[in-house]
Amino acid sequence: MSACRYDCIVVGGGHNGLTCAAYLARAGRSVLVLEAQEAVGGAARTREFAPGFRVSACAHLLHLMPGWLSRELDLPRHGLRMAAERMPTFALSAAAGVLRIDPRTHGAPAGLSGVDARAYPRYAARMNRLAAALSALLEAVPPRLGTGAWRDRLTLLRLGARLRFIGRRDLREALRIGGMCVQDLLDEHFESPLLKGALAFDAVLGTNYGPRSPGTVFTLLYRMAAGTASAHAVAQPAGGLGALCEALAAAARSAGATIRTGVPVASIVLRDDRAAGVRLETGEEFEAGCIISNADPATTFLDLLGAEHLDTGFVRRVAHLRTRGMTAKLHLALERPPRFAGLEDASPGRIVLAPSPESIECAFNHAKYGEFSTLPALEVLVPSAADPTLAPHGKHVLSAVVQYAPYRLAAGWTEHRHQFLDAILALLEAHAPGLRDSVCAAELLTPQDIETQFRIRGGHWHHAELALDQFFMVRPVPGAAQYRAPVHGLYLCGAGCHPGGGVMGVAGRNAAREVLREAA
Amino acid sequence: MLTETEPHYRQPLLRTRFHERMRAYSQVDSFIPWSGYSTVDVFTSVEQEYFAIRNSASLYDLTPMVKYRVAGPQATRYLDRLLTRSVAKLSPGKVAYAIWCDDRGQLIDDGTVFRIAESEYRLCTAERQLDWLLDSSIGFDVEITEVTADIAALALQGPCSCSVLRAMGLQGVEVLAPFEFKHFVFGAGTAALVSRTGFTGDLGYELWVDPSEAERLWDGLMDAGRVRTIRPVGSRALNIARLEAGFLMPNVDFVSSAHTLRNGTARSALEFGLGWLVDFGKGHFTGRRALLEESRRKPLRRLAGLDVAGTKPAHNALLYSDRAGRRQIGSVTSAAWSPTCKRNLALAMLDAPHFDMGRQVWAEIYVNRELVWQRRMVPARVVERPFFAPARRRATPAGDF
Repeated sequence: MSACRYDCIVVGGGHNGLTCAAYLARAGRSVLVLEAQEAVGGAARTREFAPGFRVSACAHLLHLMPGWLSRELDLPRHGLRMAAERMPTFALSAAAGVLRIDPRTHGAPAGLSGVDARAYPRYAARMNRLAAALSALLEAVPPRLGTGAWRDRLTLLRLGARLRFIGRRDLREALRIGGMCVQDLLDEHFESPLLKGALAFDAVLGTNYGPRSPGTVFTLLYRMAAGTASAHAVAQPAGGLGALCEALAAAARSAGATIRTGVPVASIVLRDDRAAGVRLETGEEFEAGCIISNADPATTFLDLLGAEHLDTGFVRRVAHLRTRGMTAKLHLALERPPRFAGLEDASPGRIVLAPSPESIECAFNHAKYGEFSTLPALEVLVPSAADPTLAPHGKHVLSAVVQYAPYRLAAGWTEHRHQFLDAILALLEAHAPGLRDSVCAAELLTPQDIETQFRIRGGHWHHAELALDQFFMVRPVPGAAQYRAPVHGLYLCGAGCHPGGGVMGVAGRNAAREVLREAA
Repeated sequence: MLTETEPHYRQPLLRTRFHERMRAYSQVDSFIPWSGYSTVDVFTSVEQEYFAIRNSASLYDLTPMVKYRVAGPQATRYLDRLLTRSVAKLSPGKVAYAIWCDDRGQLIDDGTVFRIAESEYRLCTAERQLDWLLDSSIGFDVEITEVTADIAALALQGPCSCSVLRAMGLQGVEVLAPFEFKHFVFGAGTAALVSRTGFTGDLGYELWVDPSEAERLWDGLMDAGRVRTIRPVGSRALNIARLEAGFLMPNVDFVSSAHTLRNGTARSALEFGLGWLVDFGKGHFTGRRALLEESRRKPLRRLAGLDVAGTKPAHNALLYSDRAGRRQIGSVTSAAWSPTCKRNLALAMLDAPHFDMGRQVWAEIYVNRELVWQRRMVPARVVERPFFAPARRRATPAGDF
C-alpha cells in the first residue's frame, strides 16, 4: 500500500482534526483526514433532522474559537460567515421576567435593578480580569513537570509571570474562589435569583456539576477565558456550526490536504512499536509517518490502539477519565416562530431557562441518581431567526441544550426518552405558549445517542469532563498531556486534550505544532 | 488463645490448614505474620532447620503465598502484556519465574507462573496485586480470581525430598524436571499438584492441594520422611537458604514500586540484573518502552553478591569505595553467614561503576560486644550469584538420597 503513504493521517474530521490538518498541510505536510461520517464536522456539524429543517447537530454556538485562529487559516475567505454575532443572553423566568446580558460588557444586565445592578460591574470586571489571565494558559502547550527542559521551564516561567501580573488582590481572589462552587460566589455578590441562575447555568453547562458542586467557579472562568479571544463573542455561523467545519475543510484542502468521508477507522497500526498507519473498517490500510487522533482519548487508546500496546498504569489513567456526558440536545421543527413570553420576537439571542441556581441544583439532583431532570435547565436558540436557510420559508428550528440527562438512565433511555421529551416540551410550552402545537418534528439526543452518532465514548461533548483534575498538565492524563501518546508517532488533537472542548480549535492547532516540532 | 468462633477483628491473623500441625512441632512458639496469615518463624532452632533444608528434607508452609487464577481465551496475551518474559513460550505443565514492572520499568513484584492448561494459569506472588492485575486486564478477555485461600501448599525442600515423595507413593516423581509440574495421587486417593520448584536453590518440590487435604498431606510427608529426619522449618532458616541461592526477598532486597513513596527509591528490573527475564522481542508489555530506553543507557545501580570478610553478617551495612568511608557506594539488603559455603554472604545494591566481579569494597559493620558497640570496616568482594548451586538441584531424574 505504498501508494497510500502520507506524512500525517488525521483520524476524525471534527473541527480540531480539520484545524490540525490545515496547519499541517500549510506547513507542507501531506495530510489525509479520515472521517467516519458522510460529512466532516463531528460534533460541530449541521444536519437535516426533518425534511427541510437543518440544525447544528451538537454544538450550536461559536463563542470560543480565537480570532487569530480564524485569521491564520483565512476562514472568511474559505466561506465562513456569521449569521449573528455578539448574541445577547436572555434569562427568562415566569416570576421575574427577563434579563438581557450582553457578552463582554461590564454594564449591568438590562432588567436588573438595585444592589445587583450596582454589584454587577465590579463582579464582571474582576471575573473578566481573571478569565483573561487564565486565557494565557489555554493557548499554551502544557509544560511537562520535572523534565528540566528549557522549553518546559520557559512555559512555567511565562505562566508564573502572567499570574504575578494580575496583582496581589486578584491573585488572592483567584486562589480563594478557584475551587469554590459557583452558587457560593454568586450569593456573595447578588440577590436576584434570575441573574444568579443565568450565571450559574454558564458554569455547569455541559458538565456533570450542579451550581453547588465544588470547582464550578473554575468551569465558569474556563468558559469566560476561552471566549476572551473569540472574534465574534457569542456567534452563530451562517449555515450552522457545520459551515465552520466546511470552511476549515476548505482551508485544509486548499493547503493540499486530502479529506475522505464515510471511512471509519478501525485501528491504528503499529510497526516496530511506532504508529505507522491506520486500518479502515473495510480493511483498507494507509501508511503515514504519524497519526493524529481527533477521537476522544478513551476511544483512541482503548479501541483504536488497544490496551495491549500500552502500559497498565497509563491504561488505568485513561480508564479513570471521567467521560460520561450529562447533557442532552433537543431539536424541534416548528411550523411557526416561537413566542417566548417577555421577548419581542424570535430574536437572535440565547435564551436561558434557569430561573435560579436552586432550580438548576434541583434539576441536577435527579441526574445524580440516574434520573432525568423533570424541570431541566435549558439553553435555547432559534437559529432560523438569524439564518432562514435552516428551515423552510416561514418555519423555524429550535435547538436546545438540556441539563441534565445522565449517560445511564436508571430506568433505561429506550423506554423513557419520551417522558424526558415531554418534560422538556412542557417546560418550553410554559415559556412559549403555543410552541408545543407548532412542533412538526423533534429529535432528542441523549448522551448515549451522542456517543453512538458522534463516536464519543461516554457522549461527553468535552470528550472528558473539564475539571481541575482533568485540566492543563494532566489533560487528558499524565503521559499524554502534550498531545503525544506514549507510542511514538501517535498524537491526540481532540477536545480531550488541553485546552478542551467547546468549538475552539486550539487543541488541533497545538497538536499540529507538536507534530511539526517533533519532525523539525 | 482465641478460638475459631471469635469474630474476625479479634483474630487479625488467619491460620492456614497446617496451623495445628505446626503448633504441635513448635518448641519456641514463634509465629510471625505473612500476608495476613500466621506462619512460623522458628520451630526449634534456626541452625537445625537450616541443615534439614541442606542435608535431609524440610517442610515449609507456603499457603499464605498469594495465588491468582488467570483464565480465559486471552490469558496468554494478558500475561505476556503483564510479565516481562514470554508466557507464550511456556508450555502447559511448566512453571516460570517471572517479574512484572510498572510503566517506568520499575519492579512491582516477582513470582511464579504455572501454565495449568492451554488458557489457564496460576500466578503466585509475594504481595497482593489484584488491583494491578485487574487494571492490566482492561481490554483483555480474561478472568482473574484470587485463590489464595482455596489452595493449601507446602514446600518440601532438600536433597532427600524426592525420596520422601517416592516413599509416600508418588511413582515417577523423580523424572519431573526443574520447573515442571504434574498431578499425582497418593494415600487413599489424595490428589496433589506437585511442582519441582522452590525458594532454596536445592532439590525440592512444592505441593498444592485442596485445603481439606492439607493435614493428610502434612501427615503423609512427615510419615514418609521420618527415616530421613524430615523437619518442619520456619522463615528464618529458609531465609539463609534463599540467600545462598541468591534469590531476592520482597520488602528486603526490593520494595515494590507500588509501595515506594520517596522519589528515586523504586528500582528497575535491570538494576536487579533481571534483564534475562525481559523479552523485548515478544511484543509490548508494561514497562517495555522504559526498560528499552534504560537498556540503552548504563544502569545507575546493580544488585551485587558480596563475599564479606570475617564471620559477622553485614546486616544493613553501608558500603564504601574506600576504607576511610568517605564515599558511600551502596548498601547491603540481605546478609547471613552461610554454614554450607562457609562464607559470609550478602546481597547489596551498588552504584553501577563498582559492580565489577572481584572488585573490593568496604562494609561498615556494627558489632555488639555485650552492649559495647564497635564499628568495623570490613573488606568485601563482588562475587557471582548464586553463592550455592549444587548439581542435585537440576539433576533429572532427581537423586535418591
